[in-house]
Amino acid sequence: MSGDEAVARGAWEAGVGVAAAYPGTPSTEILENISLYKEDVYCQWANNEKIAVEIALGASFGGLRSLAAFKHVGMNAAADPIFSAAYTGVNGGMVLVSADDPGCWSSQNEQDNRLYAPHARLGMLEPSDSQECLDFTKAAFDLSEKFDLLMLLRMTTRVCHSKSLVEQGQRQEHMGKYTANPAKYAMLPANARKRHVAVEEGLAALKEYAETSPLNRMEMNDRKIGIISSGISYQHAREAFGESASYLKLGITHPLPEKLIRDFCGQVEKVIVIEEGEPYLEEAVKALGISCEGKIYTTRQGELSAARLRAAFGLGESAETVSSSLTAPPRPPALCAGCPHRGFYFAMQSYHQRLVAVGDIGCYSLGVGAPFNGFDTAICMGSGFSIPIGLSKALEKQGDSRKVFGILGDSTFFHSGFNSLVDAVHAKANVCLVVLDNSITAMTGHQQNAGTEINLMGYQVPAISIRSMVLATGLPEERVLEVDPIDQAAMNAAIQKALGDKETWVILSRRPCALLKEVIKARGDLRCEIDPDACKGCKACTKVVCPSLTFDAKTKKAVISDPASCTGCGLCMQQCRFDAIRKVGGKA
Amino acid sequence: MITSILLTGVGGQGTILTTKILSAGLARMGYDVKMSEIHGMSQRGGTVNTQLKFGDKVYAPNIGEGEADLIVAFEKTEALRALPYLKKGGAILMDRKEIMPLSVLTGAAEYPHEADKELEKLVGAKVIPAGEIAESLGSAKSQNICLLGALVKALDLPQFDWEGLISQMVPPKTVAMNLAAFRKGLEA
Repeated sequence: MSGDEAVARGAWEAGVGVAAAYPGTPSTEILENISLYKEDVYCQWANNEKIAVEIALGASFGGLRSLAAFKHVGMNAAADPIFSAAYTGVNGGMVLVSADDPGCWSSQNEQDNRLYAPHARLGMLEPSDSQECLDFTKAAFDLSEKFDLLMLLRMTTRVCHSKSLVEQGQRQEHMGKYTANPAKYAMLPANARKRHVAVEEGLAALKEYAETSPLNRMEMNDRKIGIISSGISYQHAREAFGESASYLKLGITHPLPEKLIRDFCGQVEKVIVIEEGEPYLEEAVKALGISCEGKIYTTRQGELSAARLRAAFGLGESAETVSSSLTAPPRPPALCAGCPHRGFYFAMQSYHQRLVAVGDIGCYSLGVGAPFNGFDTAICMGSGFSIPIGLSKALEKQGDSRKVFGILGDSTFFHSGFNSLVDAVHAKANVCLVVLDNSITAMTGHQQNAGTEINLMGYQVPAISIRSMVLATGLPEERVLEVDPIDQAAMNAAIQKALGDKETWVILSRRPCALLKEVIKARGDLRCEIDPDACKGCKACTKVVCPSLTFDAKTKKAVISDPASCTGCGLCMQQCRFDAIRKVGGKA
Repeated sequence: MITSILLTGVGGQGTILTTKILSAGLARMGYDVKMSEIHGMSQRGGTVNTQLKFGDKVYAPNIGEGEADLIVAFEKTEALRALPYLKKGGAILMDRKEIMPLSVLTGAAEYPHEADKELEKLVGAKVIPAGEIAESLGSAKSQNICLLGALVKALDLPQFDWEGLISQMVPPKTVAMNLAAFRKGLEA
């Protein structure tokens, strides 16, 4: 079972009643797996992480156990309700799950969300394998109710996506009751001041509990070195140092058990703190006046591994590797065959002299760099529509006549892009905002969003129309262009229109993701074929850089080299001046 | 004693399912097993690595450079890319199947077609034409299960009903073909 699956199982066993999340690697599978228990648990993909936390908070106020999950950067979006909900405390137990990504496997930064716990006044648990993911999730619900605290379960990519053996239990129902209590749940100044006292009392009580909790443990071996660690870092340390060191393995990492730490440090000659990311534990141990070492051996960047620790601490002989004179060509992720985004980027690249493009977070971020050089900046969800406002003002002041194009997807539009669009329209910004609407949250593996007709529970729900939302800003219909991105004539015309004046334009680039089940079914065996006799070898079609199509250097002809992946979108066909490419197959 | 295996291929080749079947089998045999995979952006045609460690007690789930006892590569250049992870004296099982990365399609890089020969020479890599075997059986998709057969043989494990496990874990319609691919892999 993966760590994410184990958190889901743990939440279900703990009797969770409501769970909400916004998808984000490596957290996505948590809610996906809780939704396997949808007879017992109401599950919802929220439009963003703030909303997910607020949905869970409402359920907790209502007396149910609730959970909200997000990737590390999602916690930034959710920070607003979290900091105040920490004061209200809970009715039904409430657990936040943050999945951090040291090493930026699929993220824009590698922030360490452990630092949120002391800042926001949360209790925090850090599991180090899948069994602990299940056990700690259950414990987090109990501790949340026992000490009236919001609990943060802090995971990392290797905990989320590693699989190890797990013993499971049974579900225990928890059904509380809603009782109005504004003094506790309405955070106006007079109430908030009192609740700030209450949350500190809860944290003090949790700290006392942590001193003797089985979630923290000492493993005494050789006492020359004592290692303090938590989460996956403990596993790396345990493998690298084996029984040549003693360990204080912390499961509760906020608040920290002061007496236990002093006790452990008193029993060993030298204290070393091993942790990924920030020196969170190291600084806390030093603040107790205990001498220890940590980040002088490893950096704040990247993941740890047993091999990295062996090298850093000079343990054993360094691993010998074999090297070859050949190098493997880079294989970064790329837009799929038939991807609608390719059509947009291919059309837009002809206008790079006349526009500056701003990107966002999603599959379409694969358009950055070669071959399409699709955009210059990407920061966070929704910023693709707000950065253009400021950037357009900067260009205007410099007498730079280029128009700023903002690019984001349907899910990102619902996440927070719509707010930015409202501001852009209201500012009469000289921008063209493009929604690459592929009808699904694609990058994280096809989660439903507000634009889909079915939700996570499997219910038929009203699909929210992006077009109607855009028109609701008062933008005239003639400046809201709806285009199939594969249709190059139409996409070129739309881009040219937007470049024609200094007004705010919106392009709705609409075509569903080529990997959607229903799209695959509707497509049947539709694909493109190249007639080798008609092909003149001009390479025009290869410019679309489709993984299904290559140029055969021997025959000097273009070929559909991977027909199984070709979707017959026809983008290559539109480039051929010799009618050598045609669509074949497909359902009538 | 821990055995570390790194499986590498290109998104869509079925490395993750292969690792899942292998780890389920090893767990049923009584080993402690940890498996680590990195996915997310790597699904979109990028390199996909899964790492599996088994033994009496496994702590860290991932494999560092110079630590893999065995590398199983589903694609020719991915074997080359994974080479730094191989332990000195470790083994490589690899397919000679070629999948062109974007960098080659755009002409920015060249594809080293002779990588299999080079790895045979350097570390005695064993080439299993699993992709070709799978195609001869009627579906290129059973390439991964063919390689699983070769992998199971290379690990020299106690007797276990792998065919029963495979039958439970692959899509029902593909059981017969995958079992045929598995047997070919065992013989290869």
